[in-house]
Amino acid sequence: MLGLPPLSLVIWVPIIGGLAVLATGSDKNAPLARLLALIVAAAGFIVSIPLYTGFDATTSAMQFEELLPWIYRFNVNYHLGVDGISMPFILLNSFTTLLVVIAGWEVIQKKVAQYMAAFLIMSGLINGVFAALDAVLFYVFFEAMLIPMYLVIGMWGGPNRVYAAIKFFLYTLVGSLLMLVAFIYLYFQSGGSFEILDFHKVAIGMTAQELLFIAFFFAFAVKVPMWPVHTWLPDAHVEAPTGGSVVLAAITLKVGAYGFLRFSLPIVPDASQELAWIMITLSLIAVAYIGLVALVQADMKKLIAYSSIAHMGFVTLGFFIFNPLGIEGGLVQMISHGFISVALFLCIGVMYDRLHSRQIKDYGGLVNKMPVFAAFFMLFAMANSGLPATSGFVGEFMVIMGAVKVNFWYAFVAATTLIFGAAYTLWMYKRVVFGSVTNPHVEEMQDINTREFLVLGVLAICVLAMGLYPKPFTDVMHASVNDLLTHVSQSKLP
Amino acid sequence: MSMQTWYLLVPLAPLFGAIIAGLFGKFIGRTLSHVVTIAGVAISFIASVVIFQDVQAGHTFNGSVYTWMTSGNVRFEVGFLIDPLTTMMMLVVTFVSLMVHIYTIGYMQDDPGYQRFFSYISLFTFSMLMLVMSNNFLQLFFGWEAVGLVSYLLIGFWYTRESAIYANLKAFLVNRVGDFGFILGIGLVLAYFGSLDYATVFARAPELADQSITLWKGHDWSLMTVICILLFIGAMGKSAQFPLHVWLPDSMEGPTPISALIHAATMVTAGIFMVTRMSPLFELSNTALSFVMVIGAITALFMGFLGIIQNDIKRVVAYSTLSQLGYMTVALGASAYSVAVFHLMTHAFFKALLFLAAGSVIIGMHHNQDIRYMGGLKKYMPITWVTSMIGSLALIGTPFLSGFYSKDSIIEAVKFSHLPGSGFAYFAVTAGVFVTAFYSFRMYFLVFHGKERFHNAHHHHHDVVEHEENHHAGPPHESPWVVTIPLLALAVPSLVIGYMTIGPMLFGDYFGNAIYVSDRHPGMQELAHHFHSAFAMALHSVMTLPFWLAAAGVGMAWFFYLKRQDIPAMIQKKFSLIYAILERKYGFDDFNDWFFAGGARLLGGGLWRGGDQTVIDGWLVNGSARLVAWGSRVIRHVQSGYIYHYAFAMIIGVFVLVTWFVKTTG
Repeated sequence: MLGLPPLSLVIWVPIIGGLAVLATGSDKNAPLARLLALIVAAAGFIVSIPLYTGFDATTSAMQFEELLPWIYRFNVNYHLGVDGISMPFILLNSFTTLLVVIAGWEVIQKKVAQYMAAFLIMSGLINGVFAALDAVLFYVFFEAMLIPMYLVIGMWGGPNRVYAAIKFFLYTLVGSLLMLVAFIYLYFQSGGSFEILDFHKVAIGMTAQELLFIAFFFAFAVKVPMWPVHTWLPDAHVEAPTGGSVVLAAITLKVGAYGFLRFSLPIVPDASQELAWIMITLSLIAVAYIGLVALVQADMKKLIAYSSIAHMGFVTLGFFIFNPLGIEGGLVQMISHGFISVALFLCIGVMYDRLHSRQIKDYGGLVNKMPVFAAFFMLFAMANSGLPATSGFVGEFMVIMGAVKVNFWYAFVAATTLIFGAAYTLWMYKRVVFGSVTNPHVEEMQDINTREFLVLGVLAICVLAMGLYPKPFTDVMHASVNDLLTHVSQSKLP
Repeated sequence: MSMQTWYLLVPLAPLFGAIIAGLFGKFIGRTLSHVVTIAGVAISFIASVVIFQDVQAGHTFNGSVYTWMTSGNVRFEVGFLIDPLTTMMMLVVTFVSLMVHIYTIGYMQDDPGYQRFFSYISLFTFSMLMLVMSNNFLQLFFGWEAVGLVSYLLIGFWYTRESAIYANLKAFLVNRVGDFGFILGIGLVLAYFGSLDYATVFARAPELADQSITLWKGHDWSLMTVICILLFIGAMGKSAQFPLHVWLPDSMEGPTPISALIHAATMVTAGIFMVTRMSPLFELSNTALSFVMVIGAITALFMGFLGIIQNDIKRVVAYSTLSQLGYMTVALGASAYSVAVFHLMTHAFFKALLFLAAGSVIIGMHHNQDIRYMGGLKKYMPITWVTSMIGSLALIGTPFLSGFYSKDSIIEAVKFSHLPGSGFAYFAVTAGVFVTAFYSFRMYFLVFHGKERFHNAHHHHHDVVEHEENHHAGPPHESPWVVTIPLLALAVPSLVIGYMTIGPMLFGDYFGNAIYVSDRHPGMQELAHHFHSAFAMALHSVMTLPFWLAAAGVGMAWFFYLKRQDIPAMIQKKFSLIYAILERKYGFDDFNDWFFAGGARLLGGGLWRGGDQTVIDGWLVNGSARLVAWGSRVIRHVQSGYIYHYAFAMIIGVFVLVTWFVKTTG
């Protein structure tokens, strides 16, 4: 586009645009801030499209590469590039940001410019995480993206927001510090390079590999989040405003899972194989344990937060069974979860904006008052239960298929999601939507307006399209995933 | 038009109708909604007939429509397999669906969800057709879950009713338990065959017949046994086999037309169809076949008993459906796949007829469903009466009627089976004949004959909530023509379809290669050996046990419910324990509610409070925060501000250092 490098565009258009939104200042200029934010978000999405249309799916090499020296002294470079693993998430992120801006249009009335700017800047930073090929650059984006999210939860959040924001911040920060240590170690091992692709080639002994694996584990497992370092997520979701939950679920969690693929698997393949059983065990606990925990939640947001953890369990399970179905299934699950959890959090937002409660018991009989909303909510609930022809099915199906090949019992535990996922989602749906209206406040609720219809409609199309025809999504991944699996299968012991 | 276009037309025409009626129903109104959906299903039926004739001419088809996804060298396709088994299912599904669509005009005329209902049943027809037309396991699973979804939506159609939204959640979750097994079975197929395409898998099946699989150390299982039992668990959910049968009786909370279409004629037979389709796999495992047969036999007999004590007209028919599904399953276990799908077909007609007739009675009775408050209806509802009689006679296996040919063949086929469990299965299906005749005619006599008891009805059960203003709206009346025409149209095949098709379907080459039976299971050959003609079979039957058992059942029902109505009450009092067990449906619902639903909530609550809140958050997360706080409090004491404290600490430090230095160097 205009001869400008596309990856720099997807990073800096939202960040600079976000600063411009911030410059509109106080809420006097809120309409201007909203309009500008919409333009920036749309521009951010548009500049990301060439990444898909211009993508060469036949190669596993990095594409759209940009390389500029940054800190000469330590050989740190501004090095960007994407492959079939990272590219889809840049699109997903830019798309989600657009939805967040539209979804917050009327809902956010205080500090509008700051709210919109936080999301736009966060979007650029997250794109940076997925595009960075230099470890230091990655680390900078990885840490920087926490700040806007911290502010979003801390400023626009619920009553207990400060506890949640600090918990979120500390939890994720502690993990990433260990990752920085790992990077510095690898810098010396690789003979003075911070290039991630150079890290992939370094020969490392088993003990060092295990220590590196543990360092990466803490950085990424917290973000995913994997059991047992998951407890920050329900708190963060409950306190975050709808937009915060949306980005948290759609993108922030994916950064952790992406880290495993970009760092753990190719850099320490022997340790990854050696310790895969731990990862698989934790993933399966996430699926079964968290599935049961989700069942008893009384707060809808908490329920969907726990459901996210269970669904992310499929992602990490798929990654650590080391076959194409598993890894591609995990990636598909990440994208699909981006659509479905976003849709569900927006649905809860729609209800919350009307009734100011997220407690299941305060609802009941919503379908009598909001039939159109109920239909959308049904679709997304079914997608969350993994119904075929929705995107929720594709990833789970692929991971289960991949897991049977490795060990029947992995698949056995993973497949319990068919029962638990349906149980917690549809039981919630039943209590919220079906039945007669008992709460007089529900009696006054209005069906969704055009703006809400538009957002949910777009997501419905995404969920169905990906469920009916996932081929375009998996086709771009094949070359990169096969290359990754080759890396994993080659020992790096010296 | 090329044949491929006809193939596509079959599922897409109802889908189009469903989308139009579902999304635009409010704009186009009621009439146009039912016109467009009925037209869709009618086109689908006509296309099925065209395809049927083409297949009869020997043109089968197996091909892909589009590639759904590729991953790890596996192509996942959406495609069609058009063979005699498929076309038979297509005809049954589209015909019954068409009848139910027409019937719905009358049955749902006052319902505010009219368009939504038509959209759902057309969507169901689409899903069911995708299921039966699939040429691979993936699409089968798609259709499988999609019919489950529509069933869920339709059972909960009257969403303000607490019992309906309980029943639909229960149905979905119980089916998911079956699907849990099903998807693992599909996973094993993919892992060992490297493909989900039927033709590829079936061709490679003999090679893997002796393959074993180690599920846990030291215990090797035959791969085929494991795969087949897992797949069959899926069928147990969908086709409501013991112990996953619990959802079907409750599904009667849905409107009657869908009870006929989904919960009797088509969806619940998906499991039977699936096992038949998988015959090349099931034939390789006698263990799996035994398992299938025993499960079917338990369902056939014990669900029949429950039909005897039901007083809700729809529930009697529902338990009868369970029992008949058990018969079909027994036939599968006996390797008599063609007999199973033959019974599937005859049952689809006469059971859809019985349900729609029950619906007609419900309309006529102003939405009272309790047969204790009916009686003598034959005078008021002649068409419903005659068609119900035909349906009941077909169900109990009256010679020359459709049910006779299929049910008698099942009993004979089981007799020739030598698998473990076949003795019990033979007993169950034979005794089941008596039970079936008894509960069927108990209902028939209570509804249509005897004293008119509806004058003292209490109206405690209403099928349509919106109809409550119609209370006591005069005597029962015959239903409008949109209701009676489908009854008559279904009565015809209930009478003659068995007589007409038993020859080609069971003993001719109708199915060709669609069904595979191993030489180790010669039951069907022996059956063919004894078969001369449909006419002779019916004549000969009057000298066999099942005929007299059926006659005895009808006779006893007549005696108990028309002549000596004091006897049932007396029996109920005398055998109160047995009655209580039947009344509680053997306690399955109570057990499931207590153990599975309650247990899961208890466990979830325990893990949440104990695991997440106490151990992880309480001890580890907040614990480390407290540890830091405690540590800083302790350290703070050191920072007292007094010089001599610091000096003392410094001296101690120097002392320790020097000691250590001396020690290590010395």
